[in-house]
Amino acid sequence: MLMNLFEYEFLRNTFFTGIIIGIIAPLLGAFIVVRRLSLIADALSHVTLAGIAFGLLLEKKTGAILITPFYSGLGFSIIGSVIVERLRRVYTAFQELAIPIILSGGVGLSVIFISVANGFNTDLYSYLFGSVSAVSRQDLYSIIIIAVIVCTVIFFLYKELFLLSFDEEQAVVTGIHAKRIHFIFIVLTALVIAASIRIVGVLLVSALMTLPVAASIRIAKGFKQTIIYAIIYGETAVIFGLVSGYYLEIPPGGTIVMLLILLLIATIVTKKVIANINSRKHRLKTG
Amino acid sequence: MIKPIVEMENVSFHYGERQALSKVNFIINEGDFIGLVGPNGGGKTTLIKLLLGMEKPTAGKIELFGQPIRKFKEKSKLGYVSQKANSFNSGFPATVEEVVTMGLTSKLGYFRRLTRQDKLHIYEAVEKVGMTDYLSENIGELSGGQQQRIFIARALVSDPKLLILDEPTVGVDAENVEKFFDLLHELNQQNISLLLVTHDIGTMTHHASKVACLNKTLHFHGNPNEFQTLSKDKLSDFYGHPLHLVTHEH
Repeated sequence: MLMNLFEYEFLRNTFFTGIIIGIIAPLLGAFIVVRRLSLIADALSHVTLAGIAFGLLLEKKTGAILITPFYSGLGFSIIGSVIVERLRRVYTAFQELAIPIILSGGVGLSVIFISVANGFNTDLYSYLFGSVSAVSRQDLYSIIIIAVIVCTVIFFLYKELFLLSFDEEQAVVTGIHAKRIHFIFIVLTALVIAASIRIVGVLLVSALMTLPVAASIRIAKGFKQTIIYAIIYGETAVIFGLVSGYYLEIPPGGTIVMLLILLLIATIVTKKVIANINSRKHRLKTG
Repeated sequence: MIKPIVEMENVSFHYGERQALSKVNFIINEGDFIGLVGPNGGGKTTLIKLLLGMEKPTAGKIELFGQPIRKFKEKSKLGYVSQKANSFNSGFPATVEEVVTMGLTSKLGYFRRLTRQDKLHIYEAVEKVGMTDYLSENIGELSGGQQQRIFIARALVSDPKLLILDEPTVGVDAENVEKFFDLLHELNQQNISLLLVTHDIGTMTHHASKVACLNKTLHFHGNPNEFQTLSKDKLSDFYGHPLHLVTHEH
């Protein structure tokens, strides 16, 4: 792949996209996990699928590309994120209810669009599980813009987002506009999902946001370290997952996620072993 | 001259139909250490919410540092340690330093990041509560009493003039409660006024310079010795049920 990387544009696009989402997905994922919203990413990715299906349907019915599936997916994802925030306010005591509502709504819409279109020429399979050859130059540019937006917002709102995740009451007392920050955050999530979907696919995009954090939280001291380790895990899995997916002709969503799970298991086991050795040493010392 | 930093005049508050506070007049002066006691549901937490601007009074007037509360913008002058501070998710990956840094959020405002000066300030606050050795530990790995100190450091880091503590000793063992009050006295001597909410009247009369007893209305507001000489019956009246008062001998 590395040799072909310079030869084929589509591979270059995929590779750069991979490197970008390997950073922004775990970065946002760290906030998602500590706010106990891990499943929100899943709900929004299914809404994104409905958007993609809608774009493909328009393309098939009109014969012209009015809006590429990337943008229709992005649009649906953002609308979905706004509805999630609204629903969470309606069901303050059962905030997780927003997730099944949005998730099933996304799948329902997707099924309708797909059957109205009577199937697509484009490989829907690649949308579900990711692909190494799906990122156009246009998509790459959009993804770069998304990454710049996400990183800038997190950089400037880091302390507000962090306080809000840790202690919402204190955040409100401090004078933070909790609603606005929640809203900005969920829109960022929608952006990252739309950016990641071509590589890891609808069904596995939430894994790229949460699994690296699940591994890093086991070993990190503090939140910044959690983010840094999560990005290292995410980036490692994306790069090796893309390369192995390319050679094995497996959708990269599968290889990336399985690599993440291996990394997660390795982290948990290593930590256990080290803890055991330490406690044995301690016991020997204290005799 | 002693300046009042909090003035509540005829403040009432309703949650829908239910009245939580009725015509409360309450003053906190600079340098005060006030213990606010009263039965559960007596409106202690409501009073704090009003002071912090989380709720608006249904009637009456509140002034903070000589300004009407609507116009009061210097939120960093108020430090708040919530009753729920200890009930955070203990697996949350945040170091002591990161938690204390949160206290600067309002002072810094949006889009601003920490300067070296701010960092020094954070270390000072952690030192004040005697937790310097734990700066890079995860907060969830500390004991309840230690966590309490960290949350106080978080409130101190913005240089508050008034520190409000809501049931801060719940879940802290007896020995650490004593240390905790020593710390509060130190802070009080550094000219930080304290408002401490508790249902433990005994410790309160022992430590505070003034006691206020709240059950919808303010029944008593003054010297703790006078408070102790109130007859048991009268106290039970305030509380609405018989009361066993444990006094602490010096």
